[in-house]
Amino acid sequence: MTREDIIKPENLVYKRTPVLTDATMHYCPGCGHGVVHRIIAEVIEEMGIQDNVIGISPVGCSVLAYNYFDVDFVEAAHGRAPACASAIKRLRPETFVFSYQGDGDLASIGCAEVVHACNRGENITMIFINNGIYGMTGGQMAPTTLEGMETVTCPYGRDPKIMGHTMRLTEMLAQLPGTYYVTRQAVYTPAAARKCKKAIRQAFENQKLNKGVSFVEVTSNCNSGWKMTPVQANKWMEENTLKYFPLGDMKVDGKFDPKFIERVGTFDQPNETIFSLRKK
Amino acid sequence: MAKQLVLMKGNQAIAEAAIRCGCDGYFGYPITPQSEVLEHLMAERPYLTTGMVVLQAESELASINMVYAGAAAGKRVMTSSSSPGFSLMQEGLSYIAGAELPALCVNVVRGGPGLGTIQPSQSDYFQTTKGGGHGDYRLITLAPASVQEMYDFVELGFDLAFKYRNPVAILSDGVIGQVMEKVMVDDYKPRWTNEYIEENCPWAATGHRSTGKHRIVTSLELEALKQEAINDRIQAKYRKCEEEDARYEAIQCDDAEYVFVAYGSAARICMKSVELARAEGIKVGLIRPITLWPFPTKAVKEIGGRMKKILSVEMNAGQMIEDVKLAVDCKVPVEHYGRYGGVIPTPVEILDALKKMVK
Repeated sequence: MTREDIIKPENLVYKRTPVLTDATMHYCPGCGHGVVHRIIAEVIEEMGIQDNVIGISPVGCSVLAYNYFDVDFVEAAHGRAPACASAIKRLRPETFVFSYQGDGDLASIGCAEVVHACNRGENITMIFINNGIYGMTGGQMAPTTLEGMETVTCPYGRDPKIMGHTMRLTEMLAQLPGTYYVTRQAVYTPAAARKCKKAIRQAFENQKLNKGVSFVEVTSNCNSGWKMTPVQANKWMEENTLKYFPLGDMKVDGKFDPKFIERVGTFDQPNETIFSLRKK
Repeated sequence: MAKQLVLMKGNQAIAEAAIRCGCDGYFGYPITPQSEVLEHLMAERPYLTTGMVVLQAESELASINMVYAGAAAGKRVMTSSSSPGFSLMQEGLSYIAGAELPALCVNVVRGGPGLGTIQPSQSDYFQTTKGGGHGDYRLITLAPASVQEMYDFVELGFDLAFKYRNPVAILSDGVIGQVMEKVMVDDYKPRWTNEYIEENCPWAATGHRSTGKHRIVTSLELEALKQEAINDRIQAKYRKCEEEDARYEAIQCDDAEYVFVAYGSAARICMKSVELARAEGIKVGLIRPITLWPFPTKAVKEIGGRMKKILSVEMNAGQMIEDVKLAVDCKVPVEHYGRYGGVIPTPVEILDALKKMVK
């Protein structure tokens, strides 16, 4: 069988969505960004909104996201994507607007902007990739770094007494009346990726309803920053990260998920280092 | 409604001009002495009439980045602040310049440094004209000396911003912002339609890919040679701007032996000092730079070069004087007279400073 025999329309089982460009992604092998990009692009294709969408890319690993999506894009200053998205949606209400940020960008330097955009109930879709570390700058501690976890700026493990607590920003945002849909997803297994796609689709569909912020956190790995193989990183994430950042909906159609309310009730318990994350 | 003569504050004139010249969006944060801009817009509610978006942002950081994004989407957007808030906007202004976007930012200057005072000052001259943010960029800077100019410079500012795809600053101060004067206001001009923007701003990320490919608005270019080429393009714009858009006013300079160089409210005070000096037989004129960047170097060189001495009068410790000296190549003695920290000089004390210089 020759190559030409194989490349036939009837043999096609999967093809890249035209909403992604031909550019080769710079992401590390095993990183979740590529999967999330693909999911967003597929949602844009399926909704038929490629000619009516503006994306906002952050500063961080996904700073070059604009090269990979064949849709109009604005690259924001560090942390300011929610402010940018707010302005664009108000000035161009006919477009679908989505912001795409990592945890350093959104939860640290951009904390004020995301809180206020959510509080204003801006009619936008926010994608938040949380891998618990600053990836692009070389693996420094983020607000989302787990207690005890080692990074290059907490080489002896994150000590909350000195470095503060692991921040569950998505849980905070869910409590603001401006958020309409808040969920935490992952893409580390095919099943998780399928669920995540459903959530991202919902987050875009909600823009049509003009109800407020749709916020999708995607808990992800950073095998380079975590100094693990992709397989190890996904396993580690499942065993550690997802205990502190459990997957699931927090708010749907503007209403809290009962399980979320139950879980928030446990947040006032004295903090203890529940993870022993030292690798050595 | 046709043209109309109204009495209003400088800050209100900014807001009114924005509504009437077809501005698409204003994003601001309260700070004295410029809060009337946002207050006037919120009272007028242009979103119900012209469709102009008005939003009180959570901070100056947010408002300048809203302006950045609005400009990226091809809209005519602006913000205003006063000195400490304007400092917070410098990063955003650098991004706007780097991404080559048009935007208008008003600084109603108050005395510093730090939290300083809420009284008028001109102490942000360096910050505004020499590039307060990072990187090699310039802010086209307009210096209004009356409430009428506060009004007029909004539309002019947008025109220059779009001509050069560069941020434009209106560098006002607490005097011009707070004083009430007569203003001739224009009839309402329609905002640009989305179709007009698609046609005339092919660089804008409108979401509609009307050029057939996706538009990216960014100030990032990691390859040094490409980044240098971008800088070359930006610098070429600045040379063109220096050539075509340096503005000034010369008052009683033809027979003058001495000249004041002053802008904004200091220039208004100097106009009186010129009158007082001439009554005493001192032949003094006034050069009033209207654009602080590009500085009217040629005019200052030509007019200043004929003088015995030049007095740079500023409400700061001596900032514009450097540009005056450069303009005349230090061939004419240039002295500085200034009050600062929020103190406004009187015409008589400027006259006294002139007499001291003449002696």
